[in-house]
Amino acid sequence: MTSTVSRFTVALTAVAGLPAVAGGLNVGVELPRLEVAEYHRPYVAVWLERADGSVAANLSVWYEVKKRDAEGAKWLKDMRQWWRRSGRELSVPIDGVTQPTKPAGKHALSFSEGSNPLPKLEPGQYKLQIEAAREVGGRELVSIPFDWPAKQATSLTAQGKTELGEIKLELKP
Amino acid sequence: MFSATRIAAALALSCAAIGAQAHSVWMKPSSTVLSKADWVTVDAAVSNDMFFFNHRPLGLDKLVITAPDGSTVEPKNAHKGELRSVFDLKPEQAGTYQLAIVNSGVMGSYKDAAGQMKRLRGSAEEIAKQIPADAKDVRVAESISRIETFVTMGKPSPLRLSGKGLELVPVTHPNDLVVGEEATFAFHVDGKPAADVEVVLVPDGKRYRDAVNEIKLKTDAQGHIKVKFPTAGMYWLDADVNDDKTSNPIAKERRLAYVATLEVLP
Repeated sequence: MTSTVSRFTVALTAVAGLPAVAGGLNVGVELPRLEVAEYHRPYVAVWLERADGSVAANLSVWYEVKKRDAEGAKWLKDMRQWWRRSGRELSVPIDGVTQPTKPAGKHALSFSEGSNPLPKLEPGQYKLQIEAAREVGGRELVSIPFDWPAKQATSLTAQGKTELGEIKLELKP
Repeated sequence: MFSATRIAAALALSCAAIGAQAHSVWMKPSSTVLSKADWVTVDAAVSNDMFFFNHRPLGLDKLVITAPDGSTVEPKNAHKGELRSVFDLKPEQAGTYQLAIVNSGVMGSYKDAAGQMKRLRGSAEEIAKQIPADAKDVRVAESISRIETFVTMGKPSPLRLSGKGLELVPVTHPNDLVVGEEATFAFHVDGKPAADVEVVLVPDGKRYRDAVNEIKLKTDAQGHIKVKFPTAGMYWLDADVNDDKTSNPIAKERRLAYVATLEVLP
């Protein structure tokens, strides 16, 4: 959680006259290509936390969905922070949240407020939390704090060090 | 360096004479947090250091595994080796499985007419019959010791308390411990909060460091201790209480011991 978050405002590109659309979040998750003898795709959890640490939304959980006998659920606990905050209260698979693991590279996720899995958020301080855990590998948690609602389109980034690469958060007012 | 409680716990297990060499007793599970029904294997031993097999195995005949619904689960593949005992467990229900070895008994000694120290063995009734009329320095003590560990599948569930002897009462659940967050535990004697109980926590891996790195705490008026674990890993917790609340008039003192293995995650 020592990752630095850089903030810059994106020029508003909305065309005047169009009706206001619901706000939302775009999240970019980079999984680094790792030179290791035994590589397994990481398990990744993307969620929003309120200032008190409670979970405001589970946005995305990537795990080995298709293994026989739900064997893939065995390693969900390795995303330790997520498991403790909400994973252990849930029953997987979760519609619109759980997805198969993904290969190394950049992945883009988009969420609209009020549409599964992103509910309407009370105004306040939040943290985007991204946790990755890899079998025979390490674990990393990257956080990006932000205020909601965003006054203007804002783009935030943070850099993971080991299991995660660049993390992007675009706030759409 | 060794607390009186370690001696009491070792005594209750070995039925050795008072003043026997101090050893620590423990059960160590291979994992404590599961996200799916899966095998857990547990080592149980009596040793000098946590958690190394350097003395002898811990007997499993008193082991009781309690499932979250209160039912009892039989251990699988129980085996007693020269240096450790082993058993397996597959938690199928969501919640916390409580693994406990509870020993209770009496032990004692007296000096006969010739001044020879004699040991008393058996139940309280048997011991009463063994003491000759001219015995001197009769010492009979009751003991209750509890050795525990916990394994949770899914969401942690409340523990079941016996209300007898010395017990840990979770304020913070023992399967919900992380570095950097303060945990609170209460200690009860016979179901009531116990103040001024000395509690010792020893982190795993003594063999690879010079110092024991014990954390010593004392319960407050509510029987609470608070601890912020400095490092992740397994911890051995030990607490002991001596009092005179014996259940049999022949015993003048009572020794209560509590031992638990806790896992702290990073």
